[in-house]
Amino acid sequence: MTRVLLTGNAAAAWGARLADVDYVPAFPITPQTEIIETLANWSTNGVIPARVVTLESEHSMLTAAAAAAATGVRVFTATSSQGLLYGIEMVYAAPGWRVPLVLVNVSRGLASPITLESDHNDLLATRDAGFLTLVCATVQEVLDSVLIAYRVAEDDRVRLPAIVNLDGFILSFTREPVVLPSHEDARRFLPPYDARLLGFRASQPIAQAVAVLGGSSYSYFRYQIHLAELQALSVLDEVEAEFATVFGRRYGPIETYQTDDAEIVFFMMGALATKAKAAVDRLREAGERVGLVRLRLLRPFPVQAIRRALAGKGAVAVIDQNVSMGKGGVLHAELASALYGAAGAPPILASYIGGLGGRDIQAAEFYEIAREVKRAATRGVTPEPRLLYTEAELRQIKELQAIALAERQEIEAGT
Amino acid sequence: MSTPITSMKDLPSTHLLGTGTSLCAGCGGLLSLHQAYDLLGARTVFVNAAGCMTLLATYPFTPFRSSWLYTTMASAPAGAQGIRDALDILIAKGQLSPEEDLTAVVLTGDGAAYGMGLAATSAAIDRGLDFLYLCYDNEGYGNTGQQYSPATPHGALTATSRGSRGYPGYKKDLFAIWVANRPTYVATVVGAEPLDLAKKVERARSLKGPRLILALAPCPTGWDFNPQDAVEIGRLAVRTGVWPLKEYIDGRVVHTRIPHPRLPVEEYLRLQGRFRHLFEPERNEPLIQEIQRHVDAYWAEVES
Repeated sequence: MTRVLLTGNAAAAWGARLADVDYVPAFPITPQTEIIETLANWSTNGVIPARVVTLESEHSMLTAAAAAAATGVRVFTATSSQGLLYGIEMVYAAPGWRVPLVLVNVSRGLASPITLESDHNDLLATRDAGFLTLVCATVQEVLDSVLIAYRVAEDDRVRLPAIVNLDGFILSFTREPVVLPSHEDARRFLPPYDARLLGFRASQPIAQAVAVLGGSSYSYFRYQIHLAELQALSVLDEVEAEFATVFGRRYGPIETYQTDDAEIVFFMMGALATKAKAAVDRLREAGERVGLVRLRLLRPFPVQAIRRALAGKGAVAVIDQNVSMGKGGVLHAELASALYGAAGAPPILASYIGGLGGRDIQAAEFYEIAREVKRAATRGVTPEPRLLYTEAELRQIKELQAIALAERQEIEAGT
Repeated sequence: MSTPITSMKDLPSTHLLGTGTSLCAGCGGLLSLHQAYDLLGARTVFVNAAGCMTLLATYPFTPFRSSWLYTTMASAPAGAQGIRDALDILIAKGQLSPEEDLTAVVLTGDGAAYGMGLAATSAAIDRGLDFLYLCYDNEGYGNTGQQYSPATPHGALTATSRGSRGYPGYKKDLFAIWVANRPTYVATVVGAEPLDLAKKVERARSLKGPRLILALAPCPTGWDFNPQDAVEIGRLAVRTGVWPLKEYIDGRVVHTRIPHPRLPVEEYLRLQGRFRHLFEPERNEPLIQEIQRHVDAYWAEVES
């Protein structure tokens, strides 16, 4: 066990290395590229035995990944944003193949407009597919989650692919101190892959991913995926208990921070939750009873853990780094469906959207949100959903628009 | 197969593909699959893209004695890549005996082969993937009711080209596209010429690397003809020169059958409802001649 400084991307690559992955189908995309470059270099130099193959697209990459997993090897792959969407057909297909591969997604906002920086709309496009989904907030968690994801995904009660998510730039390119597990410990925690019934063999022909006729057969197999996902809740619990025994760190489906006596709670996922923690500290110093629940396990959705953590709270401010166009924050809707009718459900569930495409969420915004939901709890009136945007930002975009307009006028004037 | 195939007597007498599938009577694609499969043998894994053949393996039935993996319409060659790499990895690690190894056979129609899956195919060739691609080319999106595809011939009526001139485009030359990528082997075949098909499948089987068997697949439902004429139409495609039988190997293209005398294309066109508008209610001589000129020009170049 050694401590090193790693970027989020390097931690993901280390996770794959310590998991003794056999096969890495790859395709470059910012901000994920460092992961596959690292693995490709390790493979070339004989540091890892894994075979790294660059496909011509993420759609092919994910097809190769799922096909290789269906043949019986341990598979790792990574992508971001547009790449994830380009491969989305296979994201939806792979769970039905029941292949326990691990896909790291480095979150990045989706076009249009095209951008490089982070939000969660890319990840949320996979929400209903049947991948187990762990959303990380620290570099250490990225590495650990890759190992944990394999254990849960490969468990006989689950047998589904998994996504480990980290935020582009703010986590992918940030160096943090990481406790690097020894290979021995990693192997103790994650034994060699047992493909079980998967595999194409001359002596044991198998027809995989075949068509079904009629809704009855179709429903049966779709329900199987859903039920297997739900079983992953208790499996994750077991696996993380074992992880804690070996490595001394434990995560859980949600992370709670200062929630025990909290009246109001921030609810969010991803690396910006660490800023919410800092805001909680400041607010507590000012005498406010504020806490944070960070969603780590997006799928399966940990309904019971969330209900327990939020029972009796006065108000929850859900901060979504995504927009479901025409509806609003996705986590807000997810949380509402989990809490509605539950004993002790907070009466106020307010929605805030921020942090899109790499936009920061400032400490002052957390304070303002806390102020607003506290007032809402007192009055018993839920505030309207808010799109976080400051006056300074509005001035700045007006300036950019003025420049764009001036440019066009110049062209039209032929000057 | 130990002895080389030189006559019809050398063709396998036992058949691997089961009967009673959900495919149409007289399917030219199934005919070539039958013949190719007997030679490829059971140690294969078929990697399928969306198309007519997807319905062969329908839970809980499969007519194959081999393995099967349905992927997507666009990425069957990438599926073959994953399987090939995984088998190699398992064999290298000693976790799989070489006797358990399989040949990855991509099985798709022209919709995937000529269009949606072309990038994945091209990239598999770039990577020198050891696989065999078997395309049943029924010259349209057959499984959805024969809309025109990049493989549809000039003038053919399809569900999306119903005008009096039929499909305005020209059939894409997939053979040439493959050849330009310098794969190991490319061949055109048709089920109606089983000996030629067998020799080519046998040759493809003996080689490593990217290999294409491109089978013209006369389609009774899509081309609108009586199922019993499927073989005759296949023969006429060859004898009129519409479907040249050829192969690319060692950097050279060789025609394995030069039709002589070459019959007028009209004899091929006449049997098919998709070309009936060339003859009824009145004969469209310019269009028939245009099709004939294209075929003549092709063979003039071959024979020069």
